[in-house]
This record gives sequence, structure tokens and C-alpha cells, in this order.
Amino acid sequence: MERKKLVEVKRLHKHFTIGKGLLLRAANDISFDIYQGETFGLVGESGCGKSTTGRTIIGLYQPTSGEVLYDGHNVHTDKSREGKSLMRRMQMIFQDPYASLNPRMTVADIIAEGLYLNDMYKGRQRLQRVYDMLELVGLRKEHANRFPHEFSGGQRQRIGIARALAVEPEFIIADEPISALDVSVQAQVVNLMKQLQREQNLTYLFIAHDLAMVKHISDRIGVMYLGNLVELTTSERLYQDPKHPYTQALLSAIPVPDPDLERERERIIIQGDVPSPVIPPSGCVFRTRCPVAKPVCSERKPDWLEVAPQHFAACHLYQ
Amino acid sequence: MGKLLEVEDLHVTFQTHGGEVKAVRGVSLALSEGETLAIVGESGCGKSVTAKSIMRLVPEHIGKIKSGSIRLKGRELTTLTEQEMRKIRGKEISMIFQDAMTALNPTITIGEQIMEGIIRHQGISRREAREQAIEILTLVGIANPESRLKQYLHQFSGGMRQRIMIAIALVCKPAILIADEPTTALDVTIQAQIVDLFKQIQKKTGVSIIIITHDLGVVAKIADRVSVMYAGKVVESAPVREIFYNPQHPYTKGLLASMPRLDSDRNMPLTPIPGTPPDLFSPPAGCAFVARCDWALEVCRHHQPAASAFDDQHTVACWLQDPRAKTVKYTLRAATGL
Repeated sequence: MERKKLVEVKRLHKHFTIGKGLLLRAANDISFDIYQGETFGLVGESGCGKSTTGRTIIGLYQPTSGEVLYDGHNVHTDKSREGKSLMRRMQMIFQDPYASLNPRMTVADIIAEGLYLNDMYKGRQRLQRVYDMLELVGLRKEHANRFPHEFSGGQRQRIGIARALAVEPEFIIADEPISALDVSVQAQVVNLMKQLQREQNLTYLFIAHDLAMVKHISDRIGVMYLGNLVELTTSERLYQDPKHPYTQALLSAIPVPDPDLERERERIIIQGDVPSPVIPPSGCVFRTRCPVAKPVCSERKPDWLEVAPQHFAACHLYQ
Repeated sequence: MGKLLEVEDLHVTFQTHGGEVKAVRGVSLALSEGETLAIVGESGCGKSVTAKSIMRLVPEHIGKIKSGSIRLKGRELTTLTEQEMRKIRGKEISMIFQDAMTALNPTITIGEQIMEGIIRHQGISRREAREQAIEILTLVGIANPESRLKQYLHQFSGGMRQRIMIAIALVCKPAILIADEPTTALDVTIQAQIVDLFKQIQKKTGVSIIIITHDLGVVAKIADRVSVMYAGKVVESAPVREIFYNPQHPYTKGLLASMPRLDSDRNMPLTPIPGTPPDLFSPPAGCAFVARCDWALEVCRHHQPAASAFDDQHTVACWLQDPRAKTVKYTLRAATGL
């Protein structure tokens, strides 16, 4: 089935200068597509560049090189009317529900701000829209006049979701939307996101470090390590048949809530720490921790290849 | 077998501007020699306050141990003076914290920080203390310990900092190590290294461990026994296999059901626990879980359930355990969107 590509990320680089002539290569040569209606998961450990990638896609950062096309329009350069409307069509949900809501604004003002900026739902309709959004995310109309501090973490994240959805977006970037929440509340928010996706035909880019949760919510998953995309495939395949040694180690490092299984399991524990992204290793960036590194890994960067149908990886094992 | 540490009916409260918070409301725990006990619960359930009370680290001007007893090898700790308590901290019971960067001093070399405890408790020379510091750094897996002793905290990565904190805690060979969310701030691959380190150290030194965490995966890997806390109380205590394969309290069941697993079917919605934990400024009269519980009975609203023995290793604080309630049939809640 030919599906419509909604977002095309093409050879995206984002480097930050951090003084003393040093360059932080936060995202290096990232390419992937997101199809309409799917959930694309981006996983990796802290500092791997997954948030930078998400923020560059939505236009919060200008890319160093490469481009992001949304429905055919370049997110960073298209200044036409159509191009500007992308700001409405793409929305973001942030990690920290305590820091991402202005404490001096009421919930109604927070949700209506995007409507005001985009000149949508004028007059009385605007407040009605706020009420509708609150109900949609499982809050009540009475909550509209309250301030963020009156809500729990899970409720605040619902407000963040309501704010994002108020302007009728098609594409949502959720950057660690549940990692600040308690386990029992995480499931509430994930179920809400899945339900909204079905009802409103949304497309998600779901960024997280919790591989079990990403696998649960995503159709396809990209794995990042030290600024590079190392593997990309469907979530079932990634779990059943991980190709890249880093993905294999990551999967085996996640403790399973099952004592018998957990104590029998063979695990690959990779030694050492993630190298600095300012001075990344030559060749393959994972080679310093890779259990199966070969001489070639330090000489040449592995190519991004389709190692199995719909399964991409950058590793010299498969070149 | 004698218990190494026993906590009985502990109550801890805090005075705040908003009134009195009843953070711990009658917690009982027991730790045997060489055992790993996991305390599991969500934020605000009182698990860290319980641990800090054992160490008597609850700030005295706002927090207060209202009642209850904490006994270390039969010796009552709650009535000790600060001076006597200092001889216990680090020597008998040690504690490590979630974030090493804020728990340790960034302006003193790690060597000084490790030796501080040795010199205080053992009264030996700096040279001997230095040797012990090198030995303990080797034990926790830090390479080139001689040169690293002279370094500062910022020269270490997150996982290494955690190792240093473990080294400081273990250097006086305490009987008990309390670890408060030791892996939460770490990446998964580093987390796996640290969890393995705990197991190795326990094998080598025989230290008993209390690990406080909300990560049930870590619990499954490391714990011998588990106490599940909710709203300042222990709701269920059992050996680790019992907790995972035969949970009795509705909250424990709910926690286990709400977590996605790598091997679960992703088309099935998750089963969250509806609602949020109660406000501990004015805790409910009955069971604290009643508002979120699918099996709540009328009695749950008015009377707190006492901990009852499900079998000799397994205690549950739930009215469903009462013989008069046994007719209630457990059915898993139909998974709904919200």
C-alpha cells in the first residue's frame, strides 16, 4: 500500500557551536520519512540527539544543513502563506508538564493562545473550543479558570495535549511526554494519545528513552546513538530481530518486570560510557563500546543500508 | 533467623505552610541478613521519607517521627541522640541517593570524600585510609583508582559518579545499604551496569540492601522481597515471585497491569489505574486506595484495613482479604481508553 509521506527528513545536520571553536554535532545526517497517520518512535539515551532532531523538524532550530519537508513544503525556508500555516499544522507536546505551562496564565488562556495567534474560533466560539478541548482530554469545563499549579502532573500533561490539539494540527511531536509522570499515570496519557490519534487521524513523532513504551505506541522506530540514526524498522521487527549491536544491547539492558525471566535472561552489558559528541569516535560512533567491533569500524563510517525489507541499519556487519 | 532491621508502625509528619502532611502513616518493614528488600511506590508515597527516617535524616525543624519504632539488631534507633546516631550512619547503615552530583561535594576531591568516613569511624592514619579508598574504588569498578582519587566529581560521568557514591557508602563495611532511586537518573545501558554492581557487591561483602525504586524491572532483577507502598502505608509485602506472579492488593495488580512490556501486544491498550493518589494533608478515613479501586467495598470507605497474612511470607492490607469478603470475584477491568 502506497502511503502518503507527511514528513520527509533529508540528510539533516544540526551542529551547535559551544565556544572555544568546538562543535557539538547533535544530529548528524539524519534521514527518515514519517507517513500520514502513523506513529514514528525515536529512541536513544540522553544526549543522543533525539530531542534536537524533533526540535529541528518542527522549526525551533534552523538546521546546519539538510532539509525537512512537511507535505512538500520546506519547514525552514518556505515563507509563503502555505509554508507559514505549517506552524499551526505541526504542534508539540513537551516533557516537563511543570515547566511547559506558564504559571501566570489560566488554563483557558493557555489553550486559547494558539487560537488567538492563528485567528481561529473567534468570539464566543473560542471559549467553547477551550471547553471542548478540556473534555476531549478528560478534564472538565470548570478547570478552565484555574492555574497550572492546581493540577497534578498527569492533568498538566493533559492540558499540554489540549493546547497542542486546539489549533487542529495534523502532526504532533511528543518529546518525552510521559517520562515525568508516575507509572500508573503514564498509561492514562498513552491511552489518551492513542485514542486521539484514532479519532482525529493524527500523525505522531514520539520521542522517548523508554523502549518498552515506545514499542507499545509506535508503528516504526528509529534508534539514535551519539547524534546518528543507527537503525530503523517496524516496532515488531526491531524487537524480534534487532540488527545493530547497539539496539541489541539496548534491548537486553532493559529490565523486564518478571523475576524468573529476568534472572535467566542472557544479557549483553555494554561497557563504558557514551563518548563526548564534541569529539566523536572516527568511523562508526558506536565502535568504542561495540562488542563486535572490527578494524574497519574505526576507518570508515558505515553506510545506511536496507539490511532486510523495510529494515535499515548503519553497521559494518551488514555492508 | 533474627531480623537485622525492623521498622514497626512508623509515623512521620511534616509541618508545612499548608498544614501537617502525614507522609508516613504506619509503615512496618523487616530486613534479614544478606537480603535485598525493594520498596516500591509512586512519587509521594513516603518511600524516601521512610528511608530517611531509618537514617534519622528527616530535617528536625519540620519533620517529626511521631511514633513507631526502628530497631537495628534489636537496638532502638528512634531514641538515640544525634551523637550516637553519627556512630551508626556510615558504619552500620549507609545511604546512597538518586543524584550523585547534588549528594556529593563538587569542591572536594573524591579521595577526601571517601577517606572522611574511614578516618571518622575507624580512627586510622591517612595513609591506611588511602589504601582502603583505593581498595573500595577497585571493588566498584573504577579503573586507575590511585590517580582518580585526586579528581573532582565533574571529571566523572553519571555512571561513574554513582559508583563513587556506592564506594563512599560501603567503605566502612556497613551491615545495611539503603539506595534511594540509585538508577533513576541513569541511561538504561548504564543502569544495567549499576544493578549488576549491586549484585556483585552483595555477593562479595554480604551487605543487606534496601532499594527504593519505582522501576518494577529493576525490582524483578535484584530484589528478594518487595514492600509496595501507597499513600504512606505498606499495602503489600511478599517475596519477589509472589509480588509478580501472585499479587493480592488491587494497587499492586494495577501497577503491574499498567506497564507495557517489550513482549506484550501493542494493539492492546494499556490498563491504567484511574485517578491520582490522595492528598496526604487530609488522608481519607478508610483505605487510601478506595477512590481508584475497582473492587472497593463499603467498609473500605470508613475503616483502614489492617495488614493480614495471606501466607507466612506474604502480608496484604486490604479488606478483600477479610474472610467475609472472600466471595468477591476478581475480574480484570475491561480496558477502556481512560
